[in-house]
Amino acid sequence: MKREYIITVFSENHIGLLNRITIVFTRRKINIESLTVSESAIPGVYKFAIVINTTEEQTQKVVGQIDKLVDVLKAFYHTNEEMIYQELALYKVSAEALFESDQIEKIVRQSGARILEITKEYIVIEKTGHTDETQALFHELNQFNVTQFIRSGRVAITRDPIERLSEFLRERDAFLEQLD
Amino acid sequence: MKDELLKQMISKAKGTQPAVQSIQQKQSDMTTKRITGSEAVIRSLLKEGVDTIFGYPGGAIMPIYNALYDHDKHVTHILTRHEQGAVHAAEGYARVTGKAGVCFATSGPGATNLITGIADAMIDSIPLVCITGQVTSPLLGTDAFQESDVVGISMPVTKWNYQVTSAEEIPEAIAQAFYIAQTGRPGPVLLDITKDAQFGELDFQYKKCRKIRSYVPETPVDPHQVKKAAGLIDKAKKPFILFGHGVILSNAENELKEFIEKTGIPAAWTLLGLSAFPTVHPLNVGMLGMHGNYGPNLLTNEADLIIAIGMRFDDRVTGKVSEYAKKAKIIHIEIDPAEVNKIVKADVPIIGDAKKALKMLANNVKKNSHSEWLEKFRECDRIEFEKVISKDIYPKKDGLTMGEVVRIASEKTGNDAILVTDVGQQQMIASRYFRFSQSKSCVTSGGLGTMGFGLPASMGAQIGAPNRTVIAMIGDGGFQMTIQELGTIAQNKLPVKIIILNNNFLGMVRQWQELFFDKRYSFTELHNPDFIMIGKGFGIEGHKVEKRENLEAGIQKMIDHKGPYLLEVVVEKEDNVFPMVPSGASVSDVLLEP
Repeated sequence: MKREYIITVFSENHIGLLNRITIVFTRRKINIESLTVSESAIPGVYKFAIVINTTEEQTQKVVGQIDKLVDVLKAFYHTNEEMIYQELALYKVSAEALFESDQIEKIVRQSGARILEITKEYIVIEKTGHTDETQALFHELNQFNVTQFIRSGRVAITRDPIERLSEFLRERDAFLEQLD
Repeated sequence: MKDELLKQMISKAKGTQPAVQSIQQKQSDMTTKRITGSEAVIRSLLKEGVDTIFGYPGGAIMPIYNALYDHDKHVTHILTRHEQGAVHAAEGYARVTGKAGVCFATSGPGATNLITGIADAMIDSIPLVCITGQVTSPLLGTDAFQESDVVGISMPVTKWNYQVTSAEEIPEAIAQAFYIAQTGRPGPVLLDITKDAQFGELDFQYKKCRKIRSYVPETPVDPHQVKKAAGLIDKAKKPFILFGHGVILSNAENELKEFIEKTGIPAAWTLLGLSAFPTVHPLNVGMLGMHGNYGPNLLTNEADLIIAIGMRFDDRVTGKVSEYAKKAKIIHIEIDPAEVNKIVKADVPIIGDAKKALKMLANNVKKNSHSEWLEKFRECDRIEFEKVISKDIYPKKDGLTMGEVVRIASEKTGNDAILVTDVGQQQMIASRYFRFSQSKSCVTSGGLGTMGFGLPASMGAQIGAPNRTVIAMIGDGGFQMTIQELGTIAQNKLPVKIIILNNNFLGMVRQWQELFFDKRYSFTELHNPDFIMIGKGFGIEGHKVEKRENLEAGIQKMIDHKGPYLLEVVVEKEDNVFPMVPSGASVSDVLLEP
């Protein structure tokens, strides 16, 4: 059965690694729904959150292929339920619409969004949430004509009490120390 | 740089001062001297024990070649006639020595010409270190003369690659390249070195790489898994061992033999496992795969236990996966965790090095024999001999067969030569009928099926094993893909014995056209040149055999000849390779005749 999986990849910060990772998906013709990269809580270690829609079997194989890349420390996969995740969306609508009625203000307040900037010509609204929430806000605001819209990749952390990578790094450090 | 980071992290964790680390570093055996990046490339290679480099110079790698000029006493450079020749030669060298093959090429077309060989090495787990020149770093990304994004292009087909843009990075990059290429599941690595890095200067000190934090070459074998596997092995009534390249790569030949002999289990090799176990051993039941032996294919689906060692269940081995070995539990010994459950689900995976796993396994199993089960394989052998083998290797018809050529070549070299093949019918026939008595004696392109591989690979094999006879079996099609390497063979007086099995066809494609495309021979017939005259033009002796009465003497003449020799054997135009598991069929539907 196909469903959404969030793949988390921990890696060294090396040029070209993003390409190496995405090749694993390209080869199997799996579309990446969203992708976010940033430094993790561990200094020098980078964290990718990659969302794909496929079967668990396919996901396991992809994770195996990513995990064995030389510059990758560890890769994991989770279902949405196993993770806490958010996306961020920005919307631009004309300032006119804001001043003509209190509708936009209401929508913003009710949806837990906030206004980032107001100019004479436009306003920019920000909303964090799941895809369906940011999409719902888009539809509501679009009655006033959204002139620009962008949604970020997913940021996600596990519900585990610890970062599973730390365990891996501890074992790895102990092993590498043995070598010295 | 990664090591630095690692050290910092370790020292943080231990609470030690970085100063302590640097003192330790100074105490270790390192010599410092200011030299150019190019000189550092050559010295680093020498530190890694490199004795042979295959390559082709050009603009962006000229500084490295200039440095190489001073080291001709320490390292042999083989100038091939095409970069593809260099990379296949490096593969051949790696296959017979177990060491990484090294090749040089310039930027742009030089680098892109390596790609086929790199892809071949990737899929067959062959350790290679390829060094390409690159345009000077300020010109990167500007479409400079002979610039191509070789790091980008080679990314999907390398185990690791890296672009070096400053001289200081060279020693560490090369140390990492060799470490990555040769450890764990081996594979090709590419270093792209810009011209300014080659010209730049550095304080040279070399330290072999022994660890990379993010890279786990192998995991220790889990004794619980070994016990579980041993339990299954002791209980099995119809166990069957399949072994592949992993056995050769981990030097596990003795452990494999001990394990097979103790358990008495029939064992079959994959194409890349050829020569890991003596051909004539009573428990060797032959080759797996589309054109493998009858018994190993047929009886896979009767086995109650499959013990797969260092092999990856290629589709040419499994046939239709959904009908593959359905009665069997699967034990899979494999160093690369991503291969486990990739094609065939393993009931007991043993992840780790084959040598260690086999040793532990042999200690945990009971001594046993399976004579009744083995007899089933032998029954199949008798059927196969009557229906296929006898006609192949002792033909009664007029035309010469590839099989008899292979048989005689093997016999005349005491079944102890190195066999190098190209790809196609001759590859399958040679793999079936050539006999091996020692390991690392078969060099063939398995996963990628690269035509044109044979001739250049035979050069590398001969250089890697200078005291052994190297026989290259090549078809008339594949021979013409890399025919230019005759020049390299002649210039370096490499005593390779080349046998062209000439059927004036792209034989394997023709076979498929005959069997599956109503004999519509679409663009498979070749009008060939006079190969012997071409050989002579390169200064290589040779002659052509067209009749059976001249075959034995012809092969003998080739073997007795001191230098390189080219023997063209005109074989039956429309012979087919059997047995055959048709594409998409189950292994037990193996055909003995059309």
